[in-house]
Amino acid sequence: MINIWEVHETNKMIEHENLDVRTITIGVSLLDCIDSDLKTLNDKIYKKITSTAKDLVKVGEEIEREFGIPIVNKRISVTPIALIGGAACKTPDDFATIAATMDAAAKEVGVNLIGGYSALVSKGMTRADEMLIRSIPDALCGTERVCSSVNLASTKTGINMDAVKLMGEILLGVAEKSRERDSVDCMKLVVFCNAPDDNPFMAGAFHGVTEADAVIHVGVSGPGVVKTALEKVRGENFETLCETIKKTAFKVTRVGQLVAREASRRLQIPFGIVDLSLAPTPAIGDSVADILREIGLEYAGAPGTTAALALLNDQVKKGGVMASSYVGGLSGAFIPVSEDQGMIDAVKANAITLEKLEAMTCVCSVGLDMIAIPGDTKASTISGIIADEMALGMVNQKTTAARLIPVIGKGVGDTVEFGGLFGYAPIMPVNPYSCEAFINRGGRIPAPIHSFKN
Amino acid sequence: MEKAVDKTIITVVGKDTVGIIAKVCTYLADHHINVLDISQTIIQGFFNMMMIVDLNTSQKPFAECAKELEELGGKIGVTIKCQREEIFDMMHRI
Repeated sequence: MINIWEVHETNKMIEHENLDVRTITIGVSLLDCIDSDLKTLNDKIYKKITSTAKDLVKVGEEIEREFGIPIVNKRISVTPIALIGGAACKTPDDFATIAATMDAAAKEVGVNLIGGYSALVSKGMTRADEMLIRSIPDALCGTERVCSSVNLASTKTGINMDAVKLMGEILLGVAEKSRERDSVDCMKLVVFCNAPDDNPFMAGAFHGVTEADAVIHVGVSGPGVVKTALEKVRGENFETLCETIKKTAFKVTRVGQLVAREASRRLQIPFGIVDLSLAPTPAIGDSVADILREIGLEYAGAPGTTAALALLNDQVKKGGVMASSYVGGLSGAFIPVSEDQGMIDAVKANAITLEKLEAMTCVCSVGLDMIAIPGDTKASTISGIIADEMALGMVNQKTTAARLIPVIGKGVGDTVEFGGLFGYAPIMPVNPYSCEAFINRGGRIPAPIHSFKN
Repeated sequence: MEKAVDKTIITVVGKDTVGIIAKVCTYLADHHINVLDISQTIIQGFFNMMMIVDLNTSQKPFAECAKELEELGGKIGVTIKCQREEIFDMMHRI
């Protein structure tokens, strides 16, 4: 039987160390909504989303109450819209109407974000893919809750450099369109290499075509719990350090597994995966950077950071896989800048640079995340940063991503407020030298040699 | 195997005072809730009690009992939380 100390430990994690379930995300397939008439398509999409996810928020709240574990977000991901809208949409504006429909459906069921305004273009773009990408500035700035992602590269296909070039321009387009609000709509847009089909985290969640009609994914969190556990093993060797992280990750993930199972049972929607991610928030004591400091670094970004993060990420996975029957999504430590107070402190102290963050993304999920850069950064430079990140993912056979926010009208030294869970970020300097000739070459970078495994 | 369904853990945390256990138990008795196990200790100067109860025989649903116990806690000056046992089982048992 459970004893009082175990109950105390669990409740301490929830009450004092920010243990929570970051998100329950329902993936909804829209493949059966495809129609050549735009209005019919939009009607079908609205109906499918609102009927499949109608009880999501209610069930999420029930689980929160009964188990006493906060579930911070309830969200929806849908099939990449470029696939769904191709038959009906003749212009980028037609695509933007689908974003409006998704936004309305999200509001109707009460979820805070809906992902899947996406295109998968790792090898080439169809006409529909390109139209969807060109509609992103209107789609994101005209809606509140819609998130967009574009898969630009994969280990199997290489990097679609035409799309990388286009995304640099599109990102600036989104920044420009939301300039009055510090270009905040950029945080709803992310580009990927090797994007997973079952990611529950925004902005990159979409419901892959390999998935069932509807499926439940759960993303856990708990940097605060790991940090507190590590406080007790200060000065101990790496074996003890790793053991401690592993055990803690196990406990955190078990909660995610329980919530996923319960949500699946109550909503009668199959359980997909638990995403084992350490997802920070700007709340004090909910920081991945603070874990790195606890491991022994003065600031995140100090020499040794990449090694410490590699170790952390690996132990989280090793503890987590034992705790859940199905693990998927991004699964690893997130290192967003704005959503992590320890990371913000590191930027302010000049301890961390864009280049160091890039190195860190080689050993953890996901990528350059929530990084504010000067608004006068050139589109080709943004494409260059994206291309570097895509190359890391392609060669290392892992997911990488970039979510950059060029803040129009602001420069290095300024700060930008995103609000709520998204936090705030000091604007980071970007290498000033040009990569325009490289980006303008056009075409694609071939898949690496080690992708030929057949 | 021990049946794990529908057991609820009630935790009471706060400043120690006379009659906490009596008041909580009176509520449980009034609502036909059977207590399976009680343990109590002082953690960092605070009164800590854990009860394992069976809500199956209760006349009220979980959510209502949880809310009323929380209100009762408010009156006594302690925090009372109801949680299904599975969350602790999942975390501490393989």
